Amino acid sequence: MNWPAIRAIYGFEMSRFWRTAMQSILAPVISTSLYFVVFGAAIGSRVSAVDGVPYGLFIVPGLIMLSLLTQSIANASFGIYFPRFSGTIYEILSAPISPVEVVLGYVGAAASKSIVIGLIILATAALFVPLRIEHPVWMLGFLLLTAVTFSLFGFVIGLWADGFEKLQLVPLLIVTPLTFLGGSFYAIEMLPPFWRAVSLLNPVVYLISGFRWAFFGTADVGIGVSLAMTGLFLAVCLGLVTYIFRTGYRLKS
Amino acid sequence: MPPILAIANLSKTYASGLSALRAVNLEIAKGEIFALLGPNGAGKSTLINIVCGIVTPSTGTVTVDGHDILNHYRGARKTIGLVPQELTTDAFETVWNTVSFSRGLFGLSKNPAHIERVLRDLSLWEKRDNRLMTLSGGMKRRVLIAKALSHEPRVLFLDEPTAGVDVELRQDMWRMVRRLREQGVTVILTTHYIEEAEEMADRIGVIRKGEIILVEEKAELMRKLGRKQLTIQLNEPISEVPPALGQYGLDLAAGGSELVYTYDTKAERTGITRLLTDLAGAGLTFSDLRTSQSSLEDIFVDLVRERA
Repeated sequence: MNWPAIRAIYGFEMSRFWRTAMQSILAPVISTSLYFVVFGAAIGSRVSAVDGVPYGLFIVPGLIMLSLLTQSIANASFGIYFPRFSGTIYEILSAPISPVEVVLGYVGAAASKSIVIGLIILATAALFVPLRIEHPVWMLGFLLLTAVTFSLFGFVIGLWADGFEKLQLVPLLIVTPLTFLGGSFYAIEMLPPFWRAVSLLNPVVYLISGFRWAFFGTADVGIGVSLAMTGLFLAVCLGLVTYIFRTGYRLKS
Repeated sequence: MPPILAIANLSKTYASGLSALRAVNLEIAKGEIFALLGPNGAGKSTLINIVCGIVTPSTGTVTVDGHDILNHYRGARKTIGLVPQELTTDAFETVWNTVSFSRGLFGLSKNPAHIERVLRDLSLWEKRDNRLMTLSGGMKRRVLIAKALSHEPRVLFLDEPTAGVDVELRQDMWRMVRRLREQGVTVILTTHYIEEAEEMADRIGVIRKGEIILVEEKAELMRKLGRKQLTIQLNEPISEVPPALGQYGLDLAAGGSELVYTYDTKAERTGITRLLTDLAGAGLTFSDLRTSQSSLEDIFVDLVRERA
């Protein structure tokens, strides 16, 4: 294992994070606060408790997931796309590092960033509602698993994209809708039966459901199913990354 | 001594169908400075990029210091420093950080003393805390060199190092290459400036349309450069050089109506006077004389044109 290289890539990516701390930390804090003001205080006060959880508190796991997904994808995709775009990728390709090490560096950094942001949002949420976390270890576990999985997914997007447009396309057209429709702001059982069935095709449902279970002990689907689905998605992303490195797709001609 | 770089039967055909390299064979000795000359699109960068791991070869093998570049890529790549042709740098990083990053990437632990030495050698020390985007093109080129030297490579590739670079940097670079040679570093550079090859290289290779068409010691090339040719236009064509003129090593040209005498301008005697006397003695009369000198540039242009 070339640990200095992993450290170098990880450190490089993290320094970008701290350099742009204003936008990388402040932006999610502000948008979360706005969600709380609008959904938590203004609308939430008129919404009845869901499964005995006050609405303001109910949306906390979904909000964290929302940021976790978008941040993981954005960080990881940008992290690997930019060197490809600017040409500095030559150094990564010519260095004595294996694909696994490259992924550990980039995906590790992207996941770390989004976990930091997730925890900041959690802290911000604590300012608005009294928090309740029934399974803190599971909560952290889901946080980690989701951050890693979607950072891998973002990494794949960053390798696939051949322009800034494509870099935005997947998050904008697929991930954001899936997250919003994945039960960030409602429980799946609040939907009519047809849409409830459709929702079960949405992988994000399982993430949010599992995460919510870690908070409140109740969920749309069983915790086992949530874990299995997240694991499945992780496996798919790992497979894609392996394929890309094995074939050199979009990396080497 | 085994070569530090051995390229055997290396070919590259890009997905577009472009055949960039055709069965290239090349061996570079340890400590040598090798210049690869060739026009744009000849395959210089493809060759370098394959050795460095940026482009995948279609067929053939490459070993660096005994390590196969595919099967033992770690060993091969650790040995190599690459200064790419394009000025690709991270805009927001500082000089110090980006150079230290390169060292880490190549698996070495931090060594601020080494980084400082490299930066000082390249006149970058004063700029170490500057962000890369604030640097001029020449300074960025220096940074790329510093990055390549950060991990103490045994083989350094300089891909068009002085393209668009000012005189000062060019001279700095030549000094640096000489210093590296003293340390036993092998340097392989591509260029289309003949002058650069003449200044720095021990051996010169010429690549054209993906084929290496000449590899020669620079000294040998320079010796050819020091030669002139005297062309004697005869009144009557002859079918063979008269035996009496055998000692001059004359060549027949233009269907027997011209005799070509090659001589060394640096030699004590050129032998021209004697030749002209002997020509008369052999009963040959001539209508005209002309002399010509081929430069490395001419040799190069000829070679490149011949194969076009």
